[in-house]
Amino acid sequence: MSKTPLQFRLNGAEKAVFVEAGSNLLDVLRRGVGDMTPKYGCGQGACGTCTVLVEGRPRLACLTLAETVSGQHVETAASLSDGPDLDPLQDCFMEHFAAQCGYCTPGMLMAAKALLDRHPAPSREQVVEAISGNICRCTGYEPIITAILDAATRRGRRAG
Amino acid sequence: MTINTVEMRKEYFRDERDDSLNEVGQPTRRQDILGHVTGRSRFYDDHAFDGLLHMRCVRSPHHHARIRRIDTSRAEGMPGVRRVVLAADVPRNLNTLLSLINFGRDDEPLIAHAKTAYIGEPVAAIIAETEGQARDAVAAVRVDWEELPAVLDAEEALAPGAPVVNEAWPHNVFEYHDKYTHQKLRFGDVESIFRRNDLRVVEGRYQMSPIEQAPTETCGAIAAPETNDRYVCHTATQALFFSLGTTAKLLDLPSSRLHFIGGTVGGGFGGKVDSLHEPLAVLGAMLTGRPVKCMWDRAEEMQVGAPRGAERWYLKDAVAADGRILARQFRGYFDCGAYTRLSSYAVQKATAHLPGPYTIPNVHADTYCVFTNRTPATAMRGFGVTGVDFAIECHMDKVAEEVGMDPIELRILNAYRDGDMKAHRRLAKNCALIECCHVAAEKAGWPLAEPYRSMSSLRDGGGERAAIPQTATDEDGRVGSAPPKTPIRPTSPLPRPAAPMPSVRPAPPVAKPRPVLDPAQQDAYGQPIREAPKAPLPPSPRPEPVARPEPSLQAAKPAEPYKSAEPFSRGTKRPGSGRFGGLSGMRRR
Amino acid sequence: MRSGCIWVSRHDGAVMAVTVETYATAEEAGRALRTGGDARYLGGGTIVMRAINYGDQSFRRVVRATDPALRQVRAQGARVEIGSGVTMAEVIDSRELAFLAPVARWIGGPAVREVATVGGNLFAEHPYGDFAAALLALDAVVTEVGGATRPLEALLSARTRGTQPLITAVSVMRPEAGAFRFAKVSRVKPKGVSVMSIAAWLPQQGGRISGARIAYGAMAATPIRTMGVERALEGKTLDAAGIAPALSAATDGLQPPSDALASGWYRREVAPVHLRRLLLGEAA
Repeated sequence: MSKTPLQFRLNGAEKAVFVEAGSNLLDVLRRGVGDMTPKYGCGQGACGTCTVLVEGRPRLACLTLAETVSGQHVETAASLSDGPDLDPLQDCFMEHFAAQCGYCTPGMLMAAKALLDRHPAPSREQVVEAISGNICRCTGYEPIITAILDAATRRGRRAG
Repeated sequence: MTINTVEMRKEYFRDERDDSLNEVGQPTRRQDILGHVTGRSRFYDDHAFDGLLHMRCVRSPHHHARIRRIDTSRAEGMPGVRRVVLAADVPRNLNTLLSLINFGRDDEPLIAHAKTAYIGEPVAAIIAETEGQARDAVAAVRVDWEELPAVLDAEEALAPGAPVVNEAWPHNVFEYHDKYTHQKLRFGDVESIFRRNDLRVVEGRYQMSPIEQAPTETCGAIAAPETNDRYVCHTATQALFFSLGTTAKLLDLPSSRLHFIGGTVGGGFGGKVDSLHEPLAVLGAMLTGRPVKCMWDRAEEMQVGAPRGAERWYLKDAVAADGRILARQFRGYFDCGAYTRLSSYAVQKATAHLPGPYTIPNVHADTYCVFTNRTPATAMRGFGVTGVDFAIECHMDKVAEEVGMDPIELRILNAYRDGDMKAHRRLAKNCALIECCHVAAEKAGWPLAEPYRSMSSLRDGGGERAAIPQTATDEDGRVGSAPPKTPIRPTSPLPRPAAPMPSVRPAPPVAKPRPVLDPAQQDAYGQPIREAPKAPLPPSPRPEPVARPEPSLQAAKPAEPYKSAEPFSRGTKRPGSGRFGGLSGMRRR
Repeated sequence: MRSGCIWVSRHDGAVMAVTVETYATAEEAGRALRTGGDARYLGGGTIVMRAINYGDQSFRRVVRATDPALRQVRAQGARVEIGSGVTMAEVIDSRELAFLAPVARWIGGPAVREVATVGGNLFAEHPYGDFAAALLALDAVVTEVGGATRPLEALLSARTRGTQPLITAVSVMRPEAGAFRFAKVSRVKPKGVSVMSIAAWLPQQGGRISGARIAYGAMAATPIRTMGVERALEGKTLDAAGIAPALSAATDGLQPPSDALASGWYRREVAPVHLRRLLLGEAA
C-alpha cells in the first residue's frame, strides 16, 4: 500500500510520517506519531475533544485532512507542560476542579490556549465563546470557565 | 450570593454528626487530575498496539426483521479484510447481563443470526487492517432481510396481537422469577379511598422519551493475545467485572484467561455498564491472533448505545380538601427495548421508590418491564427513579392546581416526617424535605404561609402515622401473579380504557375481613406474601392534622419571602434516631 | 489532464478507500471534478472529511485546490464578491464583510470557523447552512468555475441533483447600515445546531419597507426565501401593526422538516414568534 509522505512540526519537533490518502490529522497524531493527547469523540466536528492548534489557530484534528498540515506547526496538549512545570491553564484546571473524566480536557485546554494567546485578558463571554465548540459532559462548564479566567490573570501576572 | 450546600448541610446536621472533617466538605484535588490536565491519563484507546486490526459491525437497518441470508463473499475479498465474523463464530451466543447474578433469562445474542429486534443490532462483523477498509467491507456485505411488524410503544406491546419482540419473553414482558409479570406495591387500600365522595380525584399521564448518556468517549475495547494463553482487554466499561464475566460466558472461556484493564473512562453516566465491545474484541483477537479494536463512532453511540429507556406513568390521587393526599395509585411501563439488559432492575428500583417522599396512607403500584423493538435500554444517572420522580413531581403540581394550593405548601404538608411509616414498611428517618422546601422557597423569594413555614420534619411525625394500614391483597393473599396465558392488558381504573389484569383481582368489598400483612415478613413487592396471623385492625389510616387552619391559607400569605426565624437544627431527641443511630446507621435514605 | 496536479496520493489495489488530488488552480480542480463522477470537492473539510471518516461510499476521489483566488474578498460597487474558499474566521476578521460577521459567528465553534468556508456552506445539508440563508437574503449570485453565474436560489434548488460545479465566488448586495438582520434559534446555549435561522434584508424608503428579502435556514431541505413574508412587508412600517400580515404569512408554502432538534410542527409554530422578534428588534 503506497502512502503519502508528510512532514510537519509537532510541539516544536520535526516529524516525518507516511499517511494513507484521506487520513485525518487525529489519526496521524495518535497512530502515526504516537501523541495520544487529542481524543476521538465524534469524527464529525461536533465535540471538540480533538482540538489542536495549527499555526497557532484552533483546529479540529478529525476534520483536518492530514496532508494539509505539511510544513506547518501543530501543537497539542502535550506541548503545554515542560517536564514538571505546568502551564497556568493546567494549574488552574487542577485547582478549580475543571475536569472530571478528563476526556475533553486536552481539547478544552487547547481551545483555551488559542483564546489566551490571542486575547490575554478575555471577558467571560469571550471564554464561553472560545469553548463553545468543546463539549464537556461532566463539569457543567462553570469550573472550566472559572479556571480559564483565573489562568488569564496568572498568565498576565507572569508576563508582567 | 453563592449557595454553599456543604455549609448548609453542616448547619442542619450539626447536632447529629461531626462534619469538621479533613477531606469531606473541603475543596480537594482529584487524584487523577494531573494526568487529565497533561493529557497523560490513558483511556482504553490510548494503548498503542503494533498491528492493531479494526472491527466494525454490519447492522440491521430495520426495527424488526428476519435474516434470510447474509452474503459476505464480496467483503471477504476486499483489501485489508482479515476476517468476517458471524454468529456461528460466537461459542455461546446467548446471554443476559444480570445472569451473572442469576437474574433473568438469557435473551440476547452477541451477533444476531435468526432475526434482529432493533435498528443497529449487529448481524456480522468485519475485521480489517484499517478502519476505512473495515467500513468499506461492511458496506459490501449484503443481507437479505424480511421485514417483520414492529412495536415501538410499551403499552402497544402488551396489547393482544402485538408482535413478539424477543422469543425469550413471549408476552413482551419481563417475568420476575419466571412467575410475575410486574412489580407490585400494596399499602392500605386505595380502592376504598377512591370510593369516598368527599375527596377530589386527580389523575395524570406522564411519559419520558429515551435519553442517550452521550459520553464524550464512545464505547469501545481493544483486545490482544497475551502470554500464557490469555487475552488482555483494555476497555471503556464502567463495570469491569460484569464485562469480564459476560465475555467469559459468551466466549466460553475461563475468566482466568481474561486480563481486563479499565477504570479510566471518558464519561459513562450509566451507558457503559452493559457494553458488548469486550466480547467482540476478544473474539476478534481469538480469531485473528492479533490485537483488535472494536469501537463505536458517534453515530453508533447515539443509535446503538443503550439509553435510559422510555417510561410512561399513570397516576391517580385522592386528595382531601386541605391538600392531604390519602391515596395514590401508579401504573408504570418501562420500555426496555429489545433485550432486558438492566431494565428489570430499574423497574424494581422505581417501585421501591414509590410513592415518592410523601406520607400517603394508601399506595398501590403495578410496574411493568416491557419489550419493544427499540434500542435496548440500560442505566443512567438516577437509574430507575428519575422518570417516576418526574411523573410524581409533575403530578404534585397538578394536584396543587386542582385543590387550589401553593405547590410548595402542598409538598410540605404531605412530606415524610421522622417516624412516619413508608409504603415499604420502613420508618422514615433523617427526613429533611420540609426544610429543603423552606430553604428553596427562601432562596427563590417564594412566599410561604403559616402553618407551612413552621412545619418541621422533626415534629408531628410517627404516632399514628407510623401505623401499617390494613392492606388489600388478592383473594389468595398474594400480591403477585403468574404470567398469563393471554397477553397482558393494562389494569383499570386508571385513565386509558382497559380491562382488568386477568390474574389480579380487585380488592374484595370492605366488609369482608381481609388478611393483614405482617410488616416484619413483608417483601413489599413482587414476591408471594405469606399470610400473617389475623391481627387487630390498625388504627384509621391517618390522624387529622394538628391545629391546622382551614385552606383559606392563600389569603394569609405573607407579602415578603419566607425566612426562617431560626436555622433548622437537628437534635438527638429526634424520634427514631436512637433506633437507627449508631456509627454506620446515619446513612441518608 | 493532471498536468497542474501538485501530487496525487492513492492506494495500490483494485479497491481503495479514497484518493486525494490537489490542484494549483480552480480551473484544474473544476475539470477534475467533472471527470469520472466519483469525486467530491474538499473546501474546509467540515463536510467531506466527516463523510470520509464515516465511510461514505458515494465518492472515491477527493479534489481540492490551493488557488489563492478562491480566498479573496472584492468590492464591486453596490456588491461584494466573496471567494468560495473564504473561511468564517476570515469573514469575521474582514472589514469589507462586517455586515456578515455576526452571521459567521453563529457558524460552529471557533475551530470549525477556522476551516468552514463560504462555498462549503452552500452545500451543507439540513439543518446546517445558516450562512447560506444570510447570503440568500442578500440577493446572492454564485460564480461557477469558468465564469458562469446564476442566482444562489438556482444552485440550492438543483443541489440534490447530480454533481455540482465548483463554485469560485459568491457576490452579495452590501446592505445599508441597519438594514440587514440575522437570528439563529438553537436549543443549546451559547450555540448549537439550528432549529431555524432567519435572515432579513429590509431596505426602506421614506420609513417604509421596499424590496425586502427574507430567507430561512433549517425550515426546508435547503435555505429558502419566503416570498409570502416579503410581499406582506412591502410598503409597510417596521412596527407591530406593520408586520402583522407578514407574521401571518410566516410559514406560507413551507413544510418544515422534522429532525432530532425539532419537529416540523414546532418549527412552524415558533417561526412567527422569532420572525416578530427579528423584525421588531426584540431580544430573543
